[in-house]
Amino acid sequence: MPRVNEQGRFLRRRAAGLASEIIAALLAALSVAVLFLIVGHIIVNGLGSLNADFFTKIPKPYGESGGGIAQAIMGTVIMLIVAAAIAIPFGVGTAIYIVEFGRGRFADTVRFAVELLAELPSIVVGVFVWALVVRNLTGYSGIAGSLALAVIMIPIIARSVEEILRLVPDSLREGALALGSPKWKVVIFVVIPTVLPGILTGIMLALARAAGETAPLLLTALGNSFFNYDLRKPMAAMPLQIYTYAVSPYDDWHNKAWASTLVLIAIVGILSGAVKFATRRWKHESH
Amino acid sequence: MSLIRSLADVVRDREPAAPVEGNQKNAISIRSLNAYYGSHQALEDINFDIHPGVVTAIIGPSGCGKSTMIRCINRMHEVVKGARVEGSVLVDGEDIYGADANPTRIRRKIGMVFQKPNPFPTRSVYENVIAGLRLNMPRKSKADYDEIVEKALRSVALWDEVKDKLGASGMALSGGQQQRLCIARAIAIEPEILLLDEPASALDPTATMKIEDLLFELKSRYTIVLVTHNMQQAARASEITAFFLADERHVGHMIEHGPTRQMFMSPSDPRTEDYISGRLG
Repeated sequence: MPRVNEQGRFLRRRAAGLASEIIAALLAALSVAVLFLIVGHIIVNGLGSLNADFFTKIPKPYGESGGGIAQAIMGTVIMLIVAAAIAIPFGVGTAIYIVEFGRGRFADTVRFAVELLAELPSIVVGVFVWALVVRNLTGYSGIAGSLALAVIMIPIIARSVEEILRLVPDSLREGALALGSPKWKVVIFVVIPTVLPGILTGIMLALARAAGETAPLLLTALGNSFFNYDLRKPMAAMPLQIYTYAVSPYDDWHNKAWASTLVLIAIVGILSGAVKFATRRWKHESH
Repeated sequence: MSLIRSLADVVRDREPAAPVEGNQKNAISIRSLNAYYGSHQALEDINFDIHPGVVTAIIGPSGCGKSTMIRCINRMHEVVKGARVEGSVLVDGEDIYGADANPTRIRRKIGMVFQKPNPFPTRSVYENVIAGLRLNMPRKSKADYDEIVEKALRSVALWDEVKDKLGASGMALSGGQQQRLCIARAIAIEPEILLLDEPASALDPTATMKIEDLLFELKSRYTIVLVTHNMQQAARASEITAFFLADERHVGHMIEHGPTRQMFMSPSDPRTEDYISGRLG
């Protein structure tokens, strides 16, 4: 009798194990399917409108065929570079402060503030920059857009770098301290090089997120149908261009919205792929 | 008693360990030292002298404060959040806890090797050895660095094993090699005192033997303090042994110290005898 019971329990366990495995695999497949559906849809709808002009020309008025989004690509690249130049030192510096130097209540407060900032809806960031910078200082401008993107990037960078710095074992810090190194040298020459790939990935994550932000740019950079390299003037950006095309009533512009989306995704994908490739090689060399 | 005898047999036969009077350079004097982690006291009223030219072993069960003790000697204790020290540690007669003492300068004079080998993972074997020089000393020529690397690696008997892979990552070495690399890194900056915190506890017996042999070689040049929970190691590698034990409040005390042979053959405190014979800890 107990033997039969044991056998039954064994079979039940196996069945339960198998069932949970299948369910988990199914759920995983479904979530990945959503990604493939989105990317597939974008490729199918967008590929047709892609040509050399799309990358080199500015948009044409409705009715004229052709034209491109070169000014939007340029605007996004410029604003991302400026935003990164602001956000990387602030974000990385904040993380280093929290993990390596911060003690007591002030560090905890900074940490909490960064968390709150990360959860701020991006439109709020847009409104904030609009009220403070656009209205008082610059008007709609590339620099205002860059500032808004930087505000979005700072907490993302700070949090991911913080997590990564915490992965560095204290034994490494102690090893460097025991050689008579001051704390700042330990951080710069031992801690950071050890997790540089992770830090770059965190920065990449923030860049990808900022590259797709639309709401804060609507209120700050405004958008522009012409080439503009002047940060003091309204600047085009890919999400803004996508928005303009998508809300229009014209089929041609809808196709161009898909194509712009495809280009945006490709740029982000290529960038993060390049970072991954570079950091993997870097890891490879150090091991 | 037979167990104690057998351990005592392990003690290497050599000249009596009495430190040479007069040669007090790099001597360490610990005076009424108390160490805390936050509100918890880890060490209470420690007093003893560490002499140059011999290996001093600190033994005791886990949690007795022996690691805390040596971390107080190069001001590494305070690196831990909330940790603090009272009392004084005199090195060459100078209090390293004095008002004008500089922790980073002190650590350059007092090297430390940790329980787990901790080579810098992004640096090559070569760069690991000179890491302390690169970080904290004036720049030297490539030839000087080459010479220092070879000398340090020879001192730790690692040169022949790694001379063809100086450019490889420090992590590519075996655990025992990594630990010897860390000792090379510590002595490359020419400290006067070498502190070792259970340097062989993560290593296999062969690697352990190599480290112990190394201590034998190094003790003529450095004042060496060795923390170990391995009594045979203390018996084999040290001339002076100090026994630490935590009381019921988990506060560490030094129970006694003296020549290793005497500590293992006829300890004066019954608790030392209990620990050495395996009835305690």
